[in-house]
Amino acid sequence: MAQKKRVLMLGNLACVHGAIYAGMRFYAGYPITPSTEIAEGCARELPRIGGRFIQMEDEIGSIAAVVGASIAGLKAMTATSGPGYSLMVENIGYAYMTETPCVIVNVQRGGPSTGLPTKVSQSDTMQARWGPHGDFTAITVAPSTISDTVSETIRAFNLAERFRTPVTVLLDEVMGHMREIITLPEPGEIEVLERVRPTCPPEEFVPFERTPNLVTPMPRYGDGYRYIVTGLTHDQMGFTTNKPEEITPKLDKLRNKIENYKEEIIKLRVEMMEDAEIAFVSYGSVSRTAFQAIDIARKAGVKVGGVQLYTIWPFPDKELAELCNRCNKVIVAELNMGQIVNEVRRVLPPDVSIHSLRRYDGEILTPMQLLEKLEEVL
Amino acid sequence: MANERINKIEVPEDRFEMRLSGSGGQGMILGAVIMAEAIGSTGEKNTVQTQSYGPEARGGASKADVVVSSNEIFYPKAMKFDLLLAMTQEALDAYYPDLKENGILIVDDTLVTKVPTDKHYGLPFTQLAREEAGHVMVANVIALAAIAELTGIVSREALTETVLGRAPRGTEEKNKKALEIGFREAAKLKK
Repeated sequence: MAQKKRVLMLGNLACVHGAIYAGMRFYAGYPITPSTEIAEGCARELPRIGGRFIQMEDEIGSIAAVVGASIAGLKAMTATSGPGYSLMVENIGYAYMTETPCVIVNVQRGGPSTGLPTKVSQSDTMQARWGPHGDFTAITVAPSTISDTVSETIRAFNLAERFRTPVTVLLDEVMGHMREIITLPEPGEIEVLERVRPTCPPEEFVPFERTPNLVTPMPRYGDGYRYIVTGLTHDQMGFTTNKPEEITPKLDKLRNKIENYKEEIIKLRVEMMEDAEIAFVSYGSVSRTAFQAIDIARKAGVKVGGVQLYTIWPFPDKELAELCNRCNKVIVAELNMGQIVNEVRRVLPPDVSIHSLRRYDGEILTPMQLLEKLEEVL
Repeated sequence: MANERINKIEVPEDRFEMRLSGSGGQGMILGAVIMAEAIGSTGEKNTVQTQSYGPEARGGASKADVVVSSNEIFYPKAMKFDLLLAMTQEALDAYYPDLKENGILIVDDTLVTKVPTDKHYGLPFTQLAREEAGHVMVANVIALAAIAELTGIVSREALTETVLGRAPRGTEEKNKKALEIGFREAAKLKK
């Protein structure tokens, strides 16, 4: 077999590549720094392969178009940054309630509000979980290399289709604007999941049926399977309901279709944890800093390891607790005022001392900062 | 005890870190992209390229990093430079302190007047671009050729292929000329 071509690729364009590989054929968005190259890439590539790119009037329209395209049967994506995500949250909630698969990429910059357009941040981590109002379970993935950005975007589409739910890909300014040498996956090399469609006659179709795995087959709008799509709480037939005995099962469906299958969703990178007495927990671009610091500290004889959260939501409660059960200390490094550290505190046994390393000045954490923190807590 | 050991740790030896610096508009980011692509796509080594991304498109300080390694590259930015290219005095003053003790310093003689060490290579990139290559805009390409020649980090052929692959149509000859000038002038310095 011929050797695979090595290409230098920008993070944002790796996201586009992954999305197209996964079968995305619809993109609607409103360009915003530091995500703009995703819109540019989709505008360039989608028309060539029979897809559609629309620049909408704003982010509200963008996510609305994405939800509509998905209901009509296409794999659909939008990309934005924090300010745009804030505008999208109402319709992201609509996608959760209507169980519409879609992928939302947030290339994070500093906030709140318009904040720091060109500076890195991880301060939308909680927004990815709790952006829209109401109860639901969210899926969020966060790559840390350009190669990962391709594969995690593919995984985001697969999870969206598998669970009929919006999935957020959390990038950040460093990830979006970094270039790295990668080899692109060949067609067929990475599994691509397709939406399960109904096989019953249309008149027997139950649009929100509580199937054994709680994911209902989804027809394309216009295929003859008529149903109502509404953000109001609905019963299995899709009709608005106020009945307590219908409301609870609907909300349980939104949660349990994901929570019951967490093992399929959780993905971690675990390095040097076998004998680690202290561990770094990180995600996104900061994981690169963490693995660098671990590499340096290990050479100095410090028993330190690291866990990277590729899946941030649902949070890997059980997995993290098991991995860190032999550690005395855990340092959570993130580019915000401390968001994931509280999740780590929630899941780890009380005898593990947990330390928070935060940076929120628009710059990425450096290996030296992690090593200094390590020295401080040792 | 462990603490003292951590303090003594140097940047891992498997990394070769380059910083290309100058002012906005001098093509430092494009230069770093070309370098990362030329080294990474033709060889076995991994490369990562980053920049300070900001509104300094024209005039302000501009820097871009390339990290090269045979192993997985973790931290994507340069920490202590094995090579520093400074196209302006301001850039040299800002980044010289982070050049490794045996790091290679290359400056643009046209614009840099005060160099804090004798151990450096100086070439008038801007002047050569303007007077010999025919356009000031290719000063960065002359500098890339000089880096290739002085470090051997990338072959002449690989750099040429990458530069021409990225050159806008109609600028191939100017870029070819710029590469030749860079290789030639840097070869003289090596003697």
